[in-house]
Amino acid sequence: MHKALALTGVAAAALALVACEPGPKTLEQSGYRGTGMAQVNLDSAAIVAEVPAPPYDLPPPGEVTAGEAYENVQVLSNISREEFDYFMAAITEWVSPEEGCNYCHNPANMASDEVYTKAVARSMIQMNQKVNISWDSHVKDTGVTCWTCHRGNPVPENYYTLAGAPSGNPIERKVNGQNMPVPASAFSSLPYESFGSYFGSDLGEPMSVRVSGVSMHPQEDHEVTTMEAEQTYGLMMHFSESLGVNCVHCHNSQNFADWSISGPARVQAWHGVQMVRDVNDGYISPLAGIFPENRLGAEGDPFKVQCGTCHQGQNKPMGGVSMVADYPALLREPLDFTAPILDEADDEDAAAVEIAAAS
Amino acid sequence: MLLSFERKYRVRGGTLIGGDLFDFWFGPFYVGFFGVVGTIFTLLGTMLIFYAASQGATWNPWLISIAPPDLSYGLALAPLKEGGFWQVITVCAIISFVCWAMREVEICRKLGMGYHVPVAFGVAIFAYVTLVVIRPLMLGAWGHGFPYGIFSHLDWVSNVGYQYLHFHYNPAHMLAVSFFFTTTLALALHGALVLSAVNPAKGEEVKSPEHEDTFFRDLIGYSVGTLGIHRVGLLLALNAGFWSAICIVISGPFWTRGWPEWWTWWLNLPIWS
Repeated sequence: MHKALALTGVAAAALALVACEPGPKTLEQSGYRGTGMAQVNLDSAAIVAEVPAPPYDLPPPGEVTAGEAYENVQVLSNISREEFDYFMAAITEWVSPEEGCNYCHNPANMASDEVYTKAVARSMIQMNQKVNISWDSHVKDTGVTCWTCHRGNPVPENYYTLAGAPSGNPIERKVNGQNMPVPASAFSSLPYESFGSYFGSDLGEPMSVRVSGVSMHPQEDHEVTTMEAEQTYGLMMHFSESLGVNCVHCHNSQNFADWSISGPARVQAWHGVQMVRDVNDGYISPLAGIFPENRLGAEGDPFKVQCGTCHQGQNKPMGGVSMVADYPALLREPLDFTAPILDEADDEDAAAVEIAAAS
Repeated sequence: MLLSFERKYRVRGGTLIGGDLFDFWFGPFYVGFFGVVGTIFTLLGTMLIFYAASQGATWNPWLISIAPPDLSYGLALAPLKEGGFWQVITVCAIISFVCWAMREVEICRKLGMGYHVPVAFGVAIFAYVTLVVIRPLMLGAWGHGFPYGIFSHLDWVSNVGYQYLHFHYNPAHMLAVSFFFTTTLALALHGALVLSAVNPAKGEEVKSPEHEDTFFRDLIGYSVGTLGIHRVGLLLALNAGFWSAICIVISGPFWTRGWPEWWTWWLNLPIWS
C-alpha cells in the first residue's frame, strides 16, 4: 500500500516536472512598477531570425531603366536596369530559393505572364511599396520586404482563409470554430476562425475589435453579444501567440478598453489591424481569380495576412532588423497599375502554352 | 483584573527565547520575546506605510499604493521612494508575522497543546512569503512582488493573471479555487447546522450532536462528526492557501507562456498523439 502510494507520488512529481519549463528568464517591464505589467520569457525561447544579406552590392544606377531594358516590366519599370537585376536576385532568394527564377518566369520567355505567380509577385511588390510608404504608423522605419513574410518559402508559413459555413445538420457535432486547442486561440477554448471578420471585407464591413461600451449603462447603439466578445478575445489570443507577448504588452487589465492606461504598443497594434485590412482587401483578395485551387481556402479565397504572417512569434519581426534600406525599389511610390486580373494577352499566352503542351 | 478562569491559563515557562525575561502578561495579552520583537516591527512597518503613503500622490484610502521597485533593480536594494519603502515594509511584515506565529508556539507549549494553530497560520505566512520573496527571488527581481494598496494589489493580481493569457487554465489555480469554494461551502453547512441545533423552535430543547449527526446521515448518508468537521475545515482551508502559493510560484519560474498551452502535454501524450 505504502509502496504503491510512493510510486504514484514519484510518478506524479515526474509528470509535473516534465510539463515545466524552468531556466533563466528575460524580464521586460511594460507599465508602472508594481502594476504586474511585465513580460517574462525563457532566455532559450528567444527566436533568432536569420536575415539574408543582399545578393551583391547594389550597383550604381545606369542610364537605362528596367522598363526600357526589358519587355513587359510593369511595377518596377522606373528603377534602373542594374537595380532591377539586383532586386530579382534578392526576391528569388527570399521567395523561391529552391525553385529559382522559374517559380515565376517561363525560362524561354522571361517577359511572358503565363505563370500566375508572376502576376501575384507584381501585386506583392506594390503591396510592399504601399506598406513602406503609407503604413509607417505600424512598420515605422523598419519597413518590410518580401522576406518579412516569406522567409524563404514560396507561401508564407502563417496565413488564414475564411471559415466554411457551419453545417446545417442538427445531429452533426458543431465545433463552430471554437473549443479546439489550436495555436490560433493560444490553445484556449475561444473562437479561432474569426479572423475574416476583422482582417478584411470579404464578409462585409470589418467587425470592430472593441466590445466594451463607453459607459457603465446599457447603450442602445452599442449592443454586443457574448459571442462577439469571445471572438474579440479569440483574436487577442492570436495577437499574443503571433507576437510572443502576453496581454499586458499592450493593455492594463484594470480596463482593457481605456487608451489612457494602455501601453504604446496598443496604438501600433491598432494601426496594424488597419494595415492588415488594407493589405488583404487591396492586394490579396483581388487575386482570388488567378490563384490555382491548391492556393485557395475552403471558401475559394486566397491565403490572407494575419499578425503571424510577418511577426512569426516575435514582437518585432526578425528581431526588429531592418532590411529595406538595401532595396530602395520597395521604398518607391507604387506605379499606376491596376489589379492583376488576367487580361486577353494573358489568355492568349495561356492558350499558347496549352497548345504547346498538347503538341 | 483577572477573569476567574484566566489564572488557569497563565502558566509559566514554555518560552523558546528569553527564558523568564519576557514571560509576562500585558493586560490580557501574553508578551514573550516574540511579542516584544513583533510589536516593534509591527509599529515600524505601520509607520513606514503611513510615511510612504504621505510621499505618494493621494490620501484616498482606496488608491494609496506602496509599490515594489522597477524590475531593472533586480534583487538589489532600491532608493526608498522608488521601491525601497516596499522592501523595508516587506521585511517588517515578515518579521511581524513570524513573531506572531512563534508567540502562538510559545502559548501552545504553555498549554500543552499541539501546534495546529501556528502551523495553520504558517501556511498563510508561506503564501505571503511566496508572493513577495520566493517568486521574486526565482524570477530575479523584487519588482515581481505585489504593491501594498487596496486597488493596486487587485490590479496586480489581474495583470499578472493576464501575463499568462488565461489564468483559469493554471492547474494549481484550479485546485486553489476549488479548495476556497469548498471551504466556504463546508463552513456554511457547518454554521447552518450548529445555529439550527442551538436555536430550536419555541418550546423545543437545544439539539445534541447526535441530532446533528442524524440530520447529515439522513441528508447525505454520512456525518463526519463534531471533531471531524473541524479537521475537514482545516484541511480545506490550508489546501486553499497552499495551492494559491503553488499556482503563483509556478507562473513565471516554471511556465512563461499562456496557461492554456500548458495542457498540450495531455494532447501530446504518446497514447493518442
